[in-house]
Amino acid sequence: MKIALCVKQVPDSWAEKKMVDGRLDRESVDAVLNDLDEYAVEEALKIAEAHGGNEGDDAAHSITIISMGPERTTEAVRKALSMGANDAILITDPALAGSDALMTSKVLASVISAGGYDLVICGTESTDARMSVVPAMISARLGWAQLTFASSVTVDPAASKVTITRTTEAGVDQMSASFPAVISVVEKINEPRYPSFKGIMAAKKKTIEVKDLAAIGVSVQNGWSEVKDATPRPPRAAGEKVADDNGSGAVALVNFLAEKKLI
Amino acid sequence: MSKVLILADFSGDKASKTTAELATAGARIGEVTAVVLAAPGAGAALAATVNQGPIANVVVVESADFANHGVAAAADALAQIAKTHSPSAILIASHAFGKEVAGRIAIALESGIITDAVDVDANTVATQLVFGGSTTVHSVVSHGTSVITIRPNSVTADFSASSPAISTETFTIGDAAKKATITSSQPPVKGGRPELTEANIVVSGGRGTDGNFAAVEAFADVMGAAVGASRAATDAGWYPHSYQVGQTGKTVSPALYVACGISGAIQHRAGMQTSKSIIVVNKDPEAPLFEIADFGVVGDLFAVLPAATEGVKASKA
Repeated sequence: MKIALCVKQVPDSWAEKKMVDGRLDRESVDAVLNDLDEYAVEEALKIAEAHGGNEGDDAAHSITIISMGPERTTEAVRKALSMGANDAILITDPALAGSDALMTSKVLASVISAGGYDLVICGTESTDARMSVVPAMISARLGWAQLTFASSVTVDPAASKVTITRTTEAGVDQMSASFPAVISVVEKINEPRYPSFKGIMAAKKKTIEVKDLAAIGVSVQNGWSEVKDATPRPPRAAGEKVADDNGSGAVALVNFLAEKKLI
Repeated sequence: MSKVLILADFSGDKASKTTAELATAGARIGEVTAVVLAAPGAGAALAATVNQGPIANVVVVESADFANHGVAAAADALAQIAKTHSPSAILIASHAFGKEVAGRIAIALESGIITDAVDVDANTVATQLVFGGSTTVHSVVSHGTSVITIRPNSVTADFSASSPAISTETFTIGDAAKKATITSSQPPVKGGRPELTEANIVVSGGRGTDGNFAAVEAFADVMGAAVGASRAATDAGWYPHSYQVGQTGKTVSPALYVACGISGAIQHRAGMQTSKSIIVVNKDPEAPLFEIADFGVVGDLFAVLPAATEGVKASKA
């Protein structure tokens, strides 16, 4: 199996974020591998390991990281490589700054379609934009099966079939498809491994192929949505705070509810 | 007059209140047509429930493909309807299904997309609260049809009765939308509580519950509230992951959010700080969540919540 693993570098989800000129200011915050992509990396590794693994020159399976972002995205890509993926392709181009989901999916789909992959695995969303539409968009662009919001994935490489459990607020579906397919995995599908020392050392030698838009033959499409303005909201002010003393806290709480007409 | 398509949203076999919210936002822009995607033979009964909010027309499409192929089939049908109706905007509920449908439609119609709007005005300007609600953004779609998903419980719905004209249209779902097949489906396990993202009141528990949600649930029930949980609580396996409120879980914006035993890392605040009122109960007076609480009780949740539950019961008696 050839597995493509789409990852994104995002501002640390514990950091305060702000907008500059209608875009997220990515310079002022630490950048990390998107939390939710770690589950995708883990799942890709587990799928390969369940069928003979992806290590060694004669391995039956390979996992290629595909990412788009500024050059420093190599940091996040290295982390995914240190967990055990084989190699990586990074699309970086000044023209891609501020790309929306439509452009991102166009770039990723273009790289994927050139690579002859059987499966594409993604996290459900990035912790910065939180749209959770890119996996569906990649599927729509490629005309491949969409198996998203997976809480479990079972692959039968011999039959070129993949089955998932889709878990959303709308319920639980069992879904299946033949290769090629685009999968997104939810948090809790697995427990992502920590990169081992050996993995970190090995990742330094793994290939990250860096390409610009011209190299993949994709032209820039201007954003199809436009931010008119972005305003920080006034911080919430702390209200009354009482210490509970033998039931007084509950009485005050109920009074607050009544005052606010919440009961 | 411009036309607006909304994808009717259902809870079981009835239009949800989200449908009325979408219609209310849509009617500011133009004449609203609600699209009902149904299994063969089920369309008329579903369409009959799409009767709240300013809806002029209902278009019913029946196909077994919706149940068999999910998101991709729904998006394919809606894109085909959009091509014949030429709406200026398509409004869809911002949940997992709705956002993915919107994403595929944006590709099919070569249109811009905005997700997670909390409001849309007459000029189709969408309001979003980003970075965990710390920043308000106004955006427009600048190419093609405005494909916008709207968060449930954000737009104040006009629930006035409407009697839309109902028509049926037939489409053939494309093969590319049928590559994945749903082999079985289970509806969500529903307790008696409201849906987390749609609830007017949410009562959440965190690390301070130490795994015991009984007091949180009892207070939620007396308040008619949904129950939520922090990532610490769901990671510990104390509460199902689907109830997690926060950056990597659900974003809620209820009239009242009651956080119990939750210290309030950014991770959690990102999912709840746009709530209209916030009450915090925590025995640690230094818990950061007190900084954004309209009302805080420093105390043990296992003492405060049961007493408050009794207090609310007494006030209703």
